[in-house]
Amino acid sequence: MELRSRIPDGPLEAKWERHRSGIKLVNPANKLKHHILVVGSGLAGASAAASLAELGYRVSCFCFQDSPRRAHSIAAQGGINAAKNYQNDGDSVFRLFYDTIKGGDFRSREANVYRLAEISARIIDQCTAQGVPFAREYGGLLANRSFGGVQVSRTFYARGQTGQQLLLGAYQALSRQIGIGTVTMYPRSEMLDLVVIDGRARGIITRDLISGAVSAHAGDAVVLATGGYSNVYYLSTNAKGCNVTAIWRAHKRGAAFANPGFTQIHPTCIPQTGAHQSKLTLMSESLRNDGRIWVPKRQGETRPPHQIPEEDRDYYLERLYPSYGNLAPRDIASRRAKEVCDEGRGVGPGGHGVYLDLRDAIARLGRRVIAERYGNLFEMYQRITGEDPFQVPMRIYPAPHYTMGGLWVDYNLMTTVDGLYAIGEANFSDHGANRLGASALMQGLADGYFILPYTIGDYLAQAKPVTVDPEHPAFHQIRGEVAERVRRLLAASGRKTVDAFHRELGRVMWDKCGMSRNAAGLKEAMGRIGQLRDEFWRDVHVGGRGEELNQSLEHAGRVADFFEFAELMCQDALYREESCGCHFREEYQTPEGEAKRDDERFGYVAAWEFAGLGKEPVLHKEPLAFEAVHLAQRSYK
Amino acid sequence: MRVTLHVWRQPGPELAGVFVRYDMTDVSPDMSFLEMLDVLNQQLLARQDDPIAFDHDCREGICGACGMVINGRPHGPRRATTTCQLHMRSFPDGAELWIEPWRARAFPVIKDLVVDRGAFDRIIQAGGFITARTGSAPEANSLLVPKADADLAMDAAACIGCGACVAACPNASAMLFVAAKVSHLGLLPQGQPERAARVVGMVAQMDAEGFGACSNHGECMAACPKEISIDFIARLNRDYLKAVVSHPSSVVRGDGGSNG
Repeated sequence: MELRSRIPDGPLEAKWERHRSGIKLVNPANKLKHHILVVGSGLAGASAAASLAELGYRVSCFCFQDSPRRAHSIAAQGGINAAKNYQNDGDSVFRLFYDTIKGGDFRSREANVYRLAEISARIIDQCTAQGVPFAREYGGLLANRSFGGVQVSRTFYARGQTGQQLLLGAYQALSRQIGIGTVTMYPRSEMLDLVVIDGRARGIITRDLISGAVSAHAGDAVVLATGGYSNVYYLSTNAKGCNVTAIWRAHKRGAAFANPGFTQIHPTCIPQTGAHQSKLTLMSESLRNDGRIWVPKRQGETRPPHQIPEEDRDYYLERLYPSYGNLAPRDIASRRAKEVCDEGRGVGPGGHGVYLDLRDAIARLGRRVIAERYGNLFEMYQRITGEDPFQVPMRIYPAPHYTMGGLWVDYNLMTTVDGLYAIGEANFSDHGANRLGASALMQGLADGYFILPYTIGDYLAQAKPVTVDPEHPAFHQIRGEVAERVRRLLAASGRKTVDAFHRELGRVMWDKCGMSRNAAGLKEAMGRIGQLRDEFWRDVHVGGRGEELNQSLEHAGRVADFFEFAELMCQDALYREESCGCHFREEYQTPEGEAKRDDERFGYVAAWEFAGLGKEPVLHKEPLAFEAVHLAQRSYK
Repeated sequence: MRVTLHVWRQPGPELAGVFVRYDMTDVSPDMSFLEMLDVLNQQLLARQDDPIAFDHDCREGICGACGMVINGRPHGPRRATTTCQLHMRSFPDGAELWIEPWRARAFPVIKDLVVDRGAFDRIIQAGGFITARTGSAPEANSLLVPKADADLAMDAAACIGCGACVAACPNASAMLFVAAKVSHLGLLPQGQPERAARVVGMVAQMDAEGFGACSNHGECMAACPKEISIDFIARLNRDYLKAVVSHPSSVVRGDGGSNG
């Protein structure tokens, strides 16, 4: 395996434009002959499928939900960044680029991130034209808010439902294409394997979740827009269905997996309430604009929050990071929350929580303004906890939220398998070791609207793939393997449910490969994961049949893949003997407890090649060259 | 706490369904309604029974996947709350709960509490969009939208497509769903060029799917977890009338554009 990043030559500012102008084009008449399979219908998948169909390609789009509108991008709350400089506060493409590189703790590619910042402004134009109802000022112009990790106001938003509105924009563009017949939509269809013929991605195997039918789909290129893998922790802010299966199967068929250990733990989530908990709910980071985070100064404080006077409160982020304060980046805010809770100063049941207090903002701006900004978030909080944030400060605690790692892709977003692309959260490309708030929506839409539609043409024009028949023996063989796996899952007539295994895996991952990691813990976790995986195949009870709607079977397949993937995640975290961004190795920290990078030894992307189950994966390194930015220890003080 | 459930069990679309009784003990008031069903499903699996199938995904009230009728009310008793956001503390100890799928001809049952809401997607495909090819958009701030219009458009755009409005309506009408999209796009300047074709196309598809007519019961608004107002239905009716009267030739082309 060879990593060829295909980063164009020339100065940073000119790379994308030059590359785009030099890209091979597909003759409009020939586009119709090319069939592209897009897996996933979130921001990246829906925007890509719609844009490719507009260009004239034949597109098939697959999602496991009952409608493409339900993809998990819909849950993003806070906003989307763009370097428009509408606020006249000194924002620029370079500044957005720099903030993103720095926020990612210098573990992402300069060229990709610069392109993302360049494209960001056009995304806002595109979404506005589609009718996305962004927040506006009284004069009718678009409004902005600020977000963690930056000092300018560049975030566009639609109340607390920005992801929903952006996704509906992309979904509507996709629906238009489905209506005209240029996109064939396959809802309730889950991709269970990738078919590679002569080194090129030529199709996928799916299971129809209603009938259970396992079928083959052939195409000229495959685009994976299947999101992230935070559900490896069981409890996360992801939707219940989010999974690693598509990218993991692609990995097993030859796609390198980059930085799997880079997972983001979001600082502002509602704490867990009991053993029955099925997921964790995020409270938008935008609350940190007006909210102040604190814990009592004393351990074992028993007074209710409003009785704790100012001098007994520790606004620890403001104390430790005077210039960024409550807007410190996510990784830092999360780690500090864990730290104060580990010191015994946490609040709420079990002491796993810190206060996010909007008291001062309510006093300053009035209840009406706060209700307008955060009303729906307050309601959600109250519904879940039974407490009113206007009366009692919210309690928050970090939770797994986003995964920066993903399939390795080159500048064209192609994986190490020719004709296989990964976009959105499914790839690793833009966020380094930590993603800044309001950047995921930006990246998903940049990939789907403005990058992939060009770069995929370059491949199709040069590779000129000939039509392949889904009756090709390779499809038969892999379809057989998928069917056999389903049969094995159903045949294991054990005693434990899939859910019980998933919870156990999640606990191991959270304890040993979560917010902070160390070598001994990671080794222990790898041993434990192996044992659990064997036990799973021996002792799981799935129930039901394969030829029907069987949600337990769907879950079983995903958990089986998480078991294989989890080991790679730990391997990556163990191998990377430094701390950077969200990857915090206890052995490598500064005296102030900040992440201590080791640029000399680890200034590269770790891309892992699958070598067989139970075999040590092969590490490939893509060195990261920094020409435009100066490598520095991140400081938000 | 303790609850008695009567859950609609239907093995498949063509098979008969029946209420099955389950007695639950040790239910925590902090559990969400779906977590309570998760616990029941774990128990059913442990005794080799078929777990209850129900749609769900984000579990934070935004994806629109979940939804069941609880004691006759879509999404249960709490105002502005999806089933996934409903917590057991909303019910008294010892409560008896009847749980059913959405019931509407246009939403056929697939299994247990899972229904097919593909009709909603087809209505959007028939015109619920603004045609804006990727790449051709003008600078965003070149278009001014009065804040009041943008806010009202956002109120309508908040629809999550769950289908509770249909389940609540005695006529199984989809008017609130259609009205929300017609209003969201029709309130914005970007939505004007296709305004007539959009409403005609979406209403035609709604009728073709077998949804009933609106007779102003208002049950839809009461059940809507996003509190979409039936004022939007008035707006839909006005837009529809205007389209068929003043644009009689606004037949919908395949791509939703207008010939008129």
